[in-house]
Amino acid sequence: MAPARPETTSTDAASPAPPAADARTPGRLLAGPDIARTVDRMAHQILERTTGRTAVLVGIPTRGVHLAHRLSGRLRTFSGQAFPVGELDITLYRDDLRRRPPRSLGQTTLPDGGVEDATVILVDDVLYSGRTVRAALDALRDHGRPAQVQLAVLVDRGHRRLPIRADYVGKNVPTALADDVVVRLAEVDGVDEVELVRAP
Amino acid sequence: MTAGIRTPTATSTQPATDPASGTAADRVADPVGRPGEAAPTTVGTVDTPGTGTVGTAGTPGGPPPARHLLSAADLDLAGAVHVLDTAERLAQAIAGREVPKLPTLRGRTVVNLFFEDSTRTRISFELAAKRLSADVINFSAKGSSVSKGESLKDTALTLQAMGADAVVCRHPSSGAPHRLARWVDGHVVNAGDGTHEHPTQALLDAFTLRRHLAPGVTGRSGLEDRTVVVVGDVLHSRVARSNVLLLSTLGARVVLVAPPTLLPRGFEHWPVEVTYDLDAAVRRADAVMMLRVQRERMEGAFFPTPREYTRHFGLDERRRALLPEHGVVLHPGPMNRGVEITPQVADGNGSVIVEQVANGVLVRMAVLYLLLTGGLDGAR
Repeated sequence: MAPARPETTSTDAASPAPPAADARTPGRLLAGPDIARTVDRMAHQILERTTGRTAVLVGIPTRGVHLAHRLSGRLRTFSGQAFPVGELDITLYRDDLRRRPPRSLGQTTLPDGGVEDATVILVDDVLYSGRTVRAALDALRDHGRPAQVQLAVLVDRGHRRLPIRADYVGKNVPTALADDVVVRLAEVDGVDEVELVRAP
Repeated sequence: MTAGIRTPTATSTQPATDPASGTAADRVADPVGRPGEAAPTTVGTVDTPGTGTVGTAGTPGGPPPARHLLSAADLDLAGAVHVLDTAERLAQAIAGREVPKLPTLRGRTVVNLFFEDSTRTRISFELAAKRLSADVINFSAKGSSVSKGESLKDTALTLQAMGADAVVCRHPSSGAPHRLARWVDGHVVNAGDGTHEHPTQALLDAFTLRRHLAPGVTGRSGLEDRTVVVVGDVLHSRVARSNVLLLSTLGARVVLVAPPTLLPRGFEHWPVEVTYDLDAAVRRADAVMMLRVQRERMEGAFFPTPREYTRHFGLDERRRALLPEHGVVLHPGPMNRGVEITPQVADGNGSVIVEQVANGVLVRMAVLYLLLTGGLDGAR
């Protein structure tokens, strides 16, 4: 894995943007229509992998939940099958509760069937260190024993701290550690866009 | 964890005498005469028979530290709503699960320090801490060094040395948890001190009321302009005191109904309405909270006979029928069935007494979670 992505590791020290071939100009990475197309593509990939069976989409608040609803809508359109959506707040499972000021707890609601023996697809906006996903896996385990857990993210920005990878990725974005990836969704922020804010 | 124990409040409520002489510290009830200091809404400074009060943390010296929950007055509107919302979220998080346990406070130690008998409060706190995976140590005065004469301060220092992250304290002396908060680094939760306060009971009552009177409401109180009638032994009731403070913070109207002998001195400064006519009060109530007649704290005669008390201030089915359709009946327990409440009402329609117990665990989980992860108002 390491030789495949040398540029990711070399940017660890918040150095300037990586080589031009892979670099993104600072600013907007995805606009509204791009996000719609990306979600469509991810939905198709999910259908390909689940081969006719349905899955439970579990969003991680806040934006992961809205993405899960969008995916579920597209999946229904493409396949005619219902993909139930749940939301899973992971605050109580974070490993940094002692260090960071607490956040307000989010909503947790799982579909009626629960997650027992289901194929569960965790949905989040940005995949970064992997700690959120680790917490989500722990939280999920307390709700039941899914047959399988997959991960769908709109943006993978690298810099994993845990052995976690996504099954469905909307867009891979090489970033420096100090950069910030901001996902805005119409349901929360009034506009659909993904922006990369470069460290000064 | 180690900072900020000696707050500005500590010095302002401290009597001139040496507080460090731990020997008499179990009797923390220095009758602090503080003329002029008592703000009208600070019921904590009301003088009650038998015990003095050290006062609430909300007395002069700036806003109280949010690292302890000593008085219902420690919570402002946003803080109180935040605790109720957090309890609601915790309920969701564990609802319908095979294992109703969260890993959130793993490795933390919560000490239940109970100098007074208690069943439901101690078990409720214990369950709350265990549901959050904290380690719980139960300490009761019986069978401990306290019966050998150890002072509160020495007990506190022992707990301190053992590294308690939170201390849940019940004590027969009003103000004991306030003292304790100055001696330990951990977070102190008042689980009932003498006839003074019982803030988590007020929170669970508010939580229960909100679920019934404003179902689904989060982000705001939901009890605005609701009328809650509190009936009975207000004088000895820490539940009443904390409820008056919290309910008025949440915007509810509180009506006290009690014989004059069971109203504390200074109640006319409380943000409440007082009446002796229970029938009339019940008719316009959204909720009726019956208080236990605390015979163990009564040395004199406060009413002629229990029968007379029941006739004037007891809740029977006739009076229950006067309550509007949506009204609910609360009791902090333990009940004197047949004295302040008849069994038919206690077990009948609109009684939420059993729910109160279940909600107590949720609210205490919320308090422990918030205190141990940064403070009651940390996430606002």
